[in-house]
Amino acid sequence: MSSDNFNLLKSKFQKSRNFSLTVGSLFFFLGIFDFCLNNFLGTNITSFLPRFINFFTPLIFGVIGLHFIRIEFSGIKILDSLNKNINPSNFNAALSLCIIFLIIFGLPPLLNWFIFDANISGDTKEACTGGGACWVYIKVWFNRFIYGMYPNAEQWRINVTFIAVLAFMAAGFYTPAKFRNYLSLYYTLILPIISFILIYYLISGGSFGLEWVETGAWGGLSLTFIVAFFSLIFCFPIGMMLALGRRSDLPIVKYSSLSFIEFWRGVPLITVLFMSAVMFPMFLPDGTYVDKLIRVVVAITLFEAAYTAEVIRGGLQALPRGQYDAAKSLGMGYWKLHIFVILPQALKLVIPGIANTFLALVKDTPLIFVVGLLEVVGMLNLAKTNPKWLGFSMEGYVFAGIIFWIICYSMSKYSQKLELKYKTDR
Amino acid sequence: MKLKKILPQLLTVLFIILIFGFFTMNAQENMDSRGIQFGFGFLSQEASFDIQFSLIDYDGSHSYARAYLVGLLNTLLVAFIGIILATLLGLVVGIARLSPNYLIRKTASFYIEFFRNIPLLLQIFFWYFAALRALPMPQDATLLLGSSFMTIKGLFTPAPIWTNFDVFFITLIVAIILVFFFVKFAKKKQEQEGKQSPVLIISLAIFMGLPLLTFLVGGVDLSFSFPELRKMSQSSYTFDGGMGIPPELIALTLALTLYTATFIAENVRAGIQGIGKGQKEAAASIGLTPSQVLKLVIMPQALRIIIPPTTNQYLNLTKNSSLAAAIAYPDLVLVFAGTAMMQTGKAIEIVGITMATYLTISIAISLLMNWYNQKIAIKEK
Repeated sequence: MSSDNFNLLKSKFQKSRNFSLTVGSLFFFLGIFDFCLNNFLGTNITSFLPRFINFFTPLIFGVIGLHFIRIEFSGIKILDSLNKNINPSNFNAALSLCIIFLIIFGLPPLLNWFIFDANISGDTKEACTGGGACWVYIKVWFNRFIYGMYPNAEQWRINVTFIAVLAFMAAGFYTPAKFRNYLSLYYTLILPIISFILIYYLISGGSFGLEWVETGAWGGLSLTFIVAFFSLIFCFPIGMMLALGRRSDLPIVKYSSLSFIEFWRGVPLITVLFMSAVMFPMFLPDGTYVDKLIRVVVAITLFEAAYTAEVIRGGLQALPRGQYDAAKSLGMGYWKLHIFVILPQALKLVIPGIANTFLALVKDTPLIFVVGLLEVVGMLNLAKTNPKWLGFSMEGYVFAGIIFWIICYSMSKYSQKLELKYKTDR
Repeated sequence: MKLKKILPQLLTVLFIILIFGFFTMNAQENMDSRGIQFGFGFLSQEASFDIQFSLIDYDGSHSYARAYLVGLLNTLLVAFIGIILATLLGLVVGIARLSPNYLIRKTASFYIEFFRNIPLLLQIFFWYFAALRALPMPQDATLLLGSSFMTIKGLFTPAPIWTNFDVFFITLIVAIILVFFFVKFAKKKQEQEGKQSPVLIISLAIFMGLPLLTFLVGGVDLSFSFPELRKMSQSSYTFDGGMGIPPELIALTLALTLYTATFIAENVRAGIQGIGKGQKEAAASIGLTPSQVLKLVIMPQALRIIIPPTTNQYLNLTKNSSLAAAIAYPDLVLVFAGTAMMQTGKAIEIVGITMATYLTISIAISLLMNWYNQKIAIKEK
């Protein structure tokens, strides 16, 4: 019965539906067609209209078309979802059209620049004949962008060190259950020491028959990783102490932690690096020389430690009071209580926050150009001024942008995944 | 028990004294051996260097203190423009992120994911060295909007020339105060009598009408000086008259705005999503339109969630504006911690002053936003 009624309704409805569909799509495609003609061929089919209206004709046609197409419960699945998703109202239709036009307008030149007109073969500037990007430039300078001014013949040392450090890091995930309790000790103490020794003896060299390479020659992406890695590892324990200090009952400890945190959070990183470059040597006994790289790592570590402290404090505050009371009632002292009860829970809560801090740290590393260390962005600026390769700054920045984007995007996705994972636990 | 409380504090004090003592002693020794005097006397000396872009009168004959002021004002200018633009863009993108329209939603999230994951310094370099360098030379520039030129040397727009500007300005302030009281009055009236007044139209009328009236009766006059191309030498041209906005400022503002807006947009989205669905449904069921629901019900509540993290972003933007030094926009860091320090060699004093300035700005912004946050917080009875 009901299906008969429905069919009856449908057949009446179908006529007007088909009519408005035809009219609608006619107008819609007229709009798109008009825009494409304007954009690609430079001809204008509506040039008889006044200039102001003429400019908007594709949009007007498109909106009229979408208005006709907007039929509720049309019975066609694709059309319904299209209406719901890009065409819920006239205003939204206009916005959707603008975005469609923007894609038609922007995508072809972008693709041309990136791929179709770009040059990749050859290894001199003259090989770049197309109007697009000159990826030859990136290819030629690739080694420099990754390893800085590190001697070509010695670059395997950086590779070996990175693989070794990664292996040591991954080892933590595969420890047998017996040693699980020592994992945090491993990550906060043993791993930094191992990596420092590796970096000192392998990358820096000077013994075991390896040539000494001064830190001024380090650079490129590998330097970004070295700085970010050490700053992260050191800023974590310092941040933890500061967070505990800030929540302490002892006024002197509390206020000195507080002012330390607020000081570093209140100044820009660039001034901190300035300080480490020009002011810090004044504070050391005459004749002592601290390596540039170490000064930078210390400066970034202290800076990020203040941010880490605030993140960890957030985790400490989020724990219910009952946890403290319960641990105290078992007769635990301050350190026992924090190490075995509070911190393991609080740190789990703040993993996403820590990941965000680390993300900010990676994005801050290019600033070390202030003290004359050249990581990727610094190397780009150096390569850009090379008289043989003038005029390719765009390619360089796009290349560095892609690298950083991949690193940061995957990290932020990972931290979001962690956030979801730990949310369900509580 | 008492020892347990005193000992850690004593150790902290000792540690701090030791570190500071060690540093000051070394600094004293180093400065003595190099013959440097500690002191702020250099601030009143002649700076004798030029600054490209300045909001106040400045040339080489002014003092270091004046140069500091120029740098500070330039920093504040970038921060101010950046905060306003980033807030607007962030608000729009944040709302767009929750749009029912698939294309809008995806475009907004594409924008956010794209710009927030690239280092700000790289973005500044990109705009300054790559994008803005592709602009035409002054002589080849085409007219924008009838009177402006966008060239490789910056944006040249008509400059307003005021007569009796003070009258206009005072009237503007009076108009703002009037609008403020009118809105208060209208609200009170609505609460007492249930009558709605057309608040927006009347406030706009006051805000626009009063200052415009001064043109008729107050003797205020406004004319524009238009930028004109002038040949400097064989192949170099420049613009005379008008207002020149240097490319450094444009690149910096653009990068700061686009970068910070992504974070503000995420805050806005989180704030709107943090309001229960019931609020939206209840508002819709009493017949409010979607835009009214957003404006009258969702936003006032969402603001409470949005403001604290957004304050942080404002602070970040202000601090990030110091990256200006990388593209030679004369901000506080470049002018003072850069040029002035190279000339005077007073590393400790100058870095100290610079840091203290940023600290003051940070604390001022966070106090202001805390005050605003408290004002709009739910008043629990």
